[in-house]
Amino acid sequence: MTDLGSAPVPPVGPDDHVRGEGEEGAIVYADLGCPHCAAAWGRLREGPGRLVFRHFPVASKHPRSPALHAAAEAAGAQGRFFEMVDSLYADRGRVDDPHLWRRAEELGLDLDRFQGDRRAEAVGARIRQDFRSGIRAGVAGTPAVFDACTLLRDREREF
Amino acid sequence: MIAVGDQAPDFTLRNQDGEKVSLSDYKGRKVLLVFYPGDFSPVCGDQLSIYQEVKPEIETQGVELVGISVDSFFAHKAFQEKLGIDTTLLSDFEPKGEVARAYGSYLDAPLGFANRTLVLLDEDGVVAWTHESPNPGEFPGANVIFDALS
Repeated sequence: MTDLGSAPVPPVGPDDHVRGEGEEGAIVYADLGCPHCAAAWGRLREGPGRLVFRHFPVASKHPRSPALHAAAEAAGAQGRFFEMVDSLYADRGRVDDPHLWRRAEELGLDLDRFQGDRRAEAVGARIRQDFRSGIRAGVAGTPAVFDACTLLRDREREF
Repeated sequence: MIAVGDQAPDFTLRNQDGEKVSLSDYKGRKVLLVFYPGDFSPVCGDQLSIYQEVKPEIETQGVELVGISVDSFFAHKAFQEKLGIDTTLLSDFEPKGEVARAYGSYLDAPLGFANRTLVLLDEDGVVAWTHESPNPGEFPGANVIFDALS
């Protein structure tokens, strides 16, 4: 049976996307289609210590999110994960496939490999793994920022 | 707030398509009633969007997910389309909030809408679990639902 019950945020592991150095820092569950994440991204990436990025695409709200997260993973397979994330958050207006190809070219990626990787089952599984860990940790909006295992903040909202 | 073990009050409300839906229609199935303040509010949108993402897993456990707010069914339809969700949304519109009041979820004036409340009913319409948010601006993550179902 599917287990999506409460569980602590998984510790940082070798599969995580990590920007920066050190043991201290933040873990962020973010949606690449989310305007609030894009607005917060500049502050998050400039924060002290390392930053761990975990996928939290809410496809019903942002239909292109799964494709954007897959593109970031595919870029990551060629060592350019955070460059693709930066690119996607910097320009949210161009997110169709031709725009993704253009971004991949600008990052110097092997386009054929990028195309194959972003549709690979392993990439989808990797994204779902992060999403599920966020659900289990109680993520209720993006960006959700954790310090080790404590939710520091998610987006400030009124009802 | 309605209590665990209580028989859930039956009701008949219109869904997002204007069709009448009664709680008794769900007899024999578990139902998770999601009372929320209102369509198109940021938190309600986040809540229903995230629940939509795990709706298949909720349904795998034999539970129907049903949202209820004081909005009209026309607003529900537009809200459903905006969010890209297919969760049934029921309109507790006239008399306003009557069902939310019956379940002890209604917040009186000046608010005038349901608090963010989850009510899990068993196959016989008996309350199996409830969760009420401390304020309308917070909603429980989907993990809380799965904790209740385990």
